[in-house]
Amino acid sequence: MIEVKNLTKAYGDFVAVRDVSFKAESGSILGFLGPNGAGKTTTMRIITGYMPATAGTVLIDGLDIFTESLEARRKIGYLPENPPLYLDMRVEAYLRFVAKLRSVPRAKIQSALDHVLEVCGLKDMAHRICGQLSKGYRQRVGLAQALIHDPPVLVLDEPTIGLDPRQIHEIRGLIHELSGNRTVVLSTHILPEVSQICDKVVIIADGRVVLEEYLKQLPGGTSLEDIFLAAITKERHDVANAEEELEEVGAGRS
Amino acid sequence: MKNSLTIAGKELAGYFLQPVAYVVMTVFLLLGGFFFFALLRYFEVMLTAYSAMQNPTVLQRLNLNERVIEPMLHNLAVVLVILVPAITMRSFAEEKRTGTYELLLTAPIRTGEIVAGKFIAAAAFMLIMIALAGIFPLILVMFGNPEVGAMFSGYLGLAFLAVSFVSIGLFTSSLTQNQIIAAISCFGALLFLFVISWPAQAGGTQFLGLLRYMSLPEHFSQMVTGIIDTRDIVYFVSLIFVALFLTQRSVESARWR
Repeated sequence: MIEVKNLTKAYGDFVAVRDVSFKAESGSILGFLGPNGAGKTTTMRIITGYMPATAGTVLIDGLDIFTESLEARRKIGYLPENPPLYLDMRVEAYLRFVAKLRSVPRAKIQSALDHVLEVCGLKDMAHRICGQLSKGYRQRVGLAQALIHDPPVLVLDEPTIGLDPRQIHEIRGLIHELSGNRTVVLSTHILPEVSQICDKVVIIADGRVVLEEYLKQLPGGTSLEDIFLAAITKERHDVANAEEELEEVGAGRS
Repeated sequence: MKNSLTIAGKELAGYFLQPVAYVVMTVFLLLGGFFFFALLRYFEVMLTAYSAMQNPTVLQRLNLNERVIEPMLHNLAVVLVILVPAITMRSFAEEKRTGTYELLLTAPIRTGEIVAGKFIAAAAFMLIMIALAGIFPLILVMFGNPEVGAMFSGYLGLAFLAVSFVSIGLFTSSLTQNQIIAAISCFGALLFLFVISWPAQAGGTQFLGLLRYMSLPEHFSQMVTGIIDTRDIVYFVSLIFVALFLTQRSVESARWR
């Protein structure tokens, strides 16, 4: 379970994420939607403990990612936007390294390795050098890396980007299988992906959450696309209105 | 500690997955061999000349330690100033550029463990390289009669010097994601520590004394002449600790930006 509470992140004057809150339950897949630059990656980086928030907290299975960081990080498998591969290592050596970093017990490393190679369809690639893999296979190695310690929480930043349609289909199937009793958060800007595999959707625009809803409870008849467009345009209007109001206030003062 | 060793193992193996390690070792050993040959040759010429002159006092003073090993170690120290940045520049800068930094910083390990792991790997690499250069004194022992203790002390000095260089290199690499900037700022810092005592050459005030204390060659040459003084060791060890501490702070601070 992931609880994000009132998260705000500012880079200097630029506020990337404003007061974002949502909840991802165990055994479900949460789709994190938003246009480019909406703050998806920033939010995920904060959830995984890569960087701290300016304000707000994140609880991973009840552990605070800031104050109980090591314990919380142990529970997370994370696939960043770019798969974090050491390009001159071989796939197998790389995954062993990650397994050790993620403190998989020595005796279990081999079986964990075999398992992720199997589920990510990398059996024939185990001895290849990461830098020589195609984008799609790099993405799979990235996913294998996130899964190797069998984490209860999975955070995937655009897991299907750069894959061909068949691979996209496979990876989606894989994520669906994986969810089981795990908490999965995946970010994307591909809408059908969300309607196909997610249980819940959170839409973020300009750093704010504009919608948090179970897919089942979305009004029937409207497509996710309509809802998405309505949600982000509504946001734009709100911001525009707020700015106008501010200007009026400013004008009144002068 | 276990995490540090995991990282150190990966880093050390990583050096040899790239040609850089081989190039650095080859350059170091080739130049070392050349210095050794040139100095030994000069030593031999002098020996023949003074023997012909039948000058026993001068002959007495000619020795392998002073004439061959000492100048060779000083030259190798200068070579290290150039080679160490080439080894350490990747350590953090590359991880930041390729995004693997995200893997390290979201893994359940402390930043101190990451820094320690990278330090152990780079230091081990330097020690292997310096140990290989141990072939030169070995040749002298086989064919001549040098002072083994003094040579050992000199090599120990070179090892301390190299490890201090490494810790400074890690620090500059942690500041940037550009390897060239990491290498050049490391090179500048090392060179500066080499020449920092120049204003103090004539002796003088306390400030100049401080500059002299901070100078690397000051402590290194003591050890090269065969004097292992705790003051010099304390200097090297504190330099290493300060540099690694700053590296740890710099890595940690990346989280807070």
